[in-house]
Amino acid sequence: MTTDWTPTPSQTAGPFLHLGLTDNHSVACVAGKGAEGEPVRLTFRVLDGDGAAVPDAMIEVWQADCAGEYSNGAGTSGDATFRGFGRLATADDGSCTFETIKPGRVPGPADTFQAPHINVSVFARGLLKRLSTRVYFAGEAANAEDPILALVPENRRPTLLAQPDPHRAGGWIFAIRLRGQGETVFFDV
Amino acid sequence: MSSSLIQANDRDRDKDKDKNPRRTFAPFRRHEPGTQPDYLYPAYRATRLRAPSQPLIFLPHTLSEVTGPVFGHSDIHPNDSDLTLQHAGEPLGERIIVRGRVLDGDGHAVSNSLIEIWQANAAGRYAHVRDNHPAPLDPNFTGTGRVLTGEDGSYSFVTIKPGSYPWRNHDNAWRPAHIHFSLFGPAFVTRMITQMYFPGDPLFAYDPILQSVPDEKARQRLVSRFDLETTRPEWALGYRFDIVLRGREATPFEGKG
Repeated sequence: MTTDWTPTPSQTAGPFLHLGLTDNHSVACVAGKGAEGEPVRLTFRVLDGDGAAVPDAMIEVWQADCAGEYSNGAGTSGDATFRGFGRLATADDGSCTFETIKPGRVPGPADTFQAPHINVSVFARGLLKRLSTRVYFAGEAANAEDPILALVPENRRPTLLAQPDPHRAGGWIFAIRLRGQGETVFFDV
Repeated sequence: MSSSLIQANDRDRDKDKDKNPRRTFAPFRRHEPGTQPDYLYPAYRATRLRAPSQPLIFLPHTLSEVTGPVFGHSDIHPNDSDLTLQHAGEPLGERIIVRGRVLDGDGHAVSNSLIEIWQANAAGRYAHVRDNHPAPLDPNFTGTGRVLTGEDGSYSFVTIKPGSYPWRNHDNAWRPAHIHFSLFGPAFVTRMITQMYFPGDPLFAYDPILQSVPDEKARQRLVSRFDLETTRPEWALGYRFDIVLRGREATPFEGKG
């Protein structure tokens, strides 16, 4: 029996994570067509320190609904209108795309409300533990008063802003640069 | 329970939205130095291009971090916890039982929580298109399982002892036999993926993935224990693997926010 409650160390998910996690248990639809809110088609693209696509990563997202409420029954099965959770493996070009809605504002520290954001986990071969980041939406007025963005050096904040896809209504693009030039801001959660 | 407290507070939110939203929840504890790997561990080559070079930004816990997806019995199928029953025939190799409990940082059970596992077969080959190790696939073994923990945090899988396999990290590199474990726990911040090893594996000292955990005691938590009590006579050896997820701070985070 364990009697020391120091948390178990993380280890990499390795190159074959698809087998256990995404071959049969992907969740591309974070919010179904019936969900209230502004539809968002969010494409991630994961790049390594050489700017090369990462074709063997897994991205998980967790977000509030359009009223700023977190779901308490996400699951991976069924066709719940709003799930709040999503999980996809990246393709050969390092990308994956979730169908969702723009989340509402969630309370932050003190008297603040956070700007709409999506919580992101990245797992991959070469990542000994999960990386956490957040997707905010470029052009959102509330970004200026977001208490978490305020913790990020101003010159790095743009790495947390998804940009509208000029070729697709409701499309947003978020690059995750793991290392080096334009490195995405990652959080110690 | 803190989680129901959050939900109860959520219900009051709309009417309070324009006033001070009162929230009470305990943030999760941070890790002790050395008990988790760093991102960059050059001996594990793939970290060199994938580990961030900038320091992480400390994120105070908000509702976004203390909530997380909840899974239920509808997410699990009957043979998900017995990896030897998923095909027409029995897989080759040494049948084993892996059993343990999922606990939080105070030793309390983490109940009704999803565990997902995946592993190589007895020959050290994954049923994955990108695994080209020249060892045989087993038509009767996929090597994936899922289970929800019980009320007491317990879980159990029946599987086949995975084989060691070579990888190209360095000259003559071999991974010690392991099973990948994926856990959610109650919150976004408790999400964790790890690997379970088998006691006494001679490859431990040569494996940069295991050795990336600086603290020796913490590293030992990744090694399962042979357990005679779990072992079933005339049928299968048993291994015990308890997993500890992060616990909450003792004092709730007061009030607003």
